[in-house]
Amino acid sequence: MRAYLWFVAKRALQLLAIVFVGISASFFISHLSPINPVEQTLGRITTRSNISPEAIASLRAALTDMYGVDEPLWNRFVNFWVRFVQGDMGPSLIAFPTPAMTLIQRALPWTVGLLSVTVVITWLVGNLLGGLAGYYQNNRLLKAFGVLAMGVQPIPYYIVAFILLIVFGFVWPVLPISGGFAMNVRPGWTPEFVASVIRHAILPATSIVLVGMGLWFLGMRALVSNIITEDYVTYAELAGVKRSRIVGSYVIRNAMIPQLTALAMTLGGVFSGTVITEQVFSYPGLGTLLVDAVNGGDYGLVVAVTSVAIIAVAVAIFVVDLIYPILDPRIRVE
Amino acid sequence: MFSVFKDLLRYNTEFAIGVVLVGVVVVYAGLSFFSSVDPTLMYTVMPDMAPSAEHWFGTNSRGQDMFWQLSFAFRNTLVFGLLVVVLSRIISITVGLVSGYLGGATDRALMFVNDIFVALPIFPILVLFYFTMRSDLNTVNLAFLMACLGWPFDARLIRSVALGLRHREFTRHAVFSGMSARKIMFEEHLPYVMPIIFSTAMANLIWAIGLEVTLAVLGFTNINIPTVGTTIYWANNHSALVVGVWWWVVIPVVLIVMLFIGLFLLAVSINEYIDPRSRLRRMERA
Repeated sequence: MRAYLWFVAKRALQLLAIVFVGISASFFISHLSPINPVEQTLGRITTRSNISPEAIASLRAALTDMYGVDEPLWNRFVNFWVRFVQGDMGPSLIAFPTPAMTLIQRALPWTVGLLSVTVVITWLVGNLLGGLAGYYQNNRLLKAFGVLAMGVQPIPYYIVAFILLIVFGFVWPVLPISGGFAMNVRPGWTPEFVASVIRHAILPATSIVLVGMGLWFLGMRALVSNIITEDYVTYAELAGVKRSRIVGSYVIRNAMIPQLTALAMTLGGVFSGTVITEQVFSYPGLGTLLVDAVNGGDYGLVVAVTSVAIIAVAVAIFVVDLIYPILDPRIRVE
Repeated sequence: MFSVFKDLLRYNTEFAIGVVLVGVVVVYAGLSFFSSVDPTLMYTVMPDMAPSAEHWFGTNSRGQDMFWQLSFAFRNTLVFGLLVVVLSRIISITVGLVSGYLGGATDRALMFVNDIFVALPIFPILVLFYFTMRSDLNTVNLAFLMACLGWPFDARLIRSVALGLRHREFTRHAVFSGMSARKIMFEEHLPYVMPIIFSTAMANLIWAIGLEVTLAVLGFTNINIPTVGTTIYWANNHSALVVGVWWWVVIPVVLIVMLFIGLFLLAVSINEYIDPRSRLRRMERA
């Protein structure tokens, strides 16, 4: 037990290092930008209303102070971290003066909700079918599924999403093709709202499942077809252990372990997939927020979204590392 | 090397199909070297014409002949992908071999860096770079960036092989005969990891091209360079499918799917060739 605690401590340290290096890197990359946030915000505000020159001057002073642009980079870096630890990422430019964190909090449930459900479903079904296909190599149905997976898997995600959009949005318009919920429904835990959210999630979710399933299926099939040549499987078969037991407890269970790491990576790294998903289906999540931030030149918000992505991946890897020794007795914690 | 290629071609259908699919796309991209069309010019032909004998792939709403336009696009995309592959292979081979052979503190330090790179979400970071660099983010810069982000998985794979090689008899002989560490790594150990490098290179190429398409579709690359991604970007921008200019989207999609399936089959068949167990199974079936 003490060895395990020591192991957890070491991993936690690594988690902190990854988060620190990653977020610091995004801070410095974003500060290579020639965009001056003070002038940008001023431009945005002054085009909307008539403000006297004195008011602009005082506003400029206030903004300069808030963004801290007149300070050296090193001070800004320290200030950035001090505020970051307190959960403050500064105001956003595109929705000034709403804090960037508020925008992220608003977008996060959509992305996390859509992805956690679809990725887990995809993983479970893909691995189960892949495992069976690897064990029962002569099953016609599973073979056909393999050919299908091989065909779909290399198609860029964007294309699949686009085809779904055209088929169910224009050719056979049965499902809503954009937004997170219907405009005429008030958000809240009402049956109408939940039903609307689910209806709007069907198309984006389907696109993610379609693309992801093949990859898990093929990976699992390859893993299983390697495992079944191991001696212990042959012994079990000779000893007359029930086939269902061999597949379930001996083969798939062991092949699951590398797939679990990959699951964590996907869960953490879903951002590249979701940006496109959210863009194609105008889904109100983090991806859409990121694209809006980039197009609006909002560097604070871009850094904030990137930071959330970095933390998500790092935490996912950390969690998997912790449960790994429990699942796989071959990995001993020393 | 060549005899391996011939064997694979003869006995492995997947490999043969992969070679044909990739070959067709590469030859098509190569045609751009013999083209007299300038791909950056617009309105050189009648816009929105369906595929015909004169314009094999039709023309787009920007008045460009799609056959030549796409030929350039595929050339740029392939060159970009190869650039990423070569650069990231250099990093992953070096890190993998050094880490695996030297071990100890060097290994721990390199793997710590490796862990950080594995954990970085690549897409938002590339978006961040686009955000700060805008038009400075040309093909070469983007390829360089992606190479810097795309090496850690393969480095780990190479390291695990090198770890095993370190304790083999021939390594000890080399050490006792006074071979330098650098020579052992790059002359003795490198040939053993070559097959892995080939199969990961295919996967890396798929990854690089896929990411380029993703970035370009959102308009997050230099959209004035014709690539597969920017072709789809412009088609979207002109709502090609809604107005009925389907060939602008469908033809590049068919070609890119051909390329992806081809590369995927190559990666799978080379992987299978490396793993002797699956080769045995294939022989049993034959």
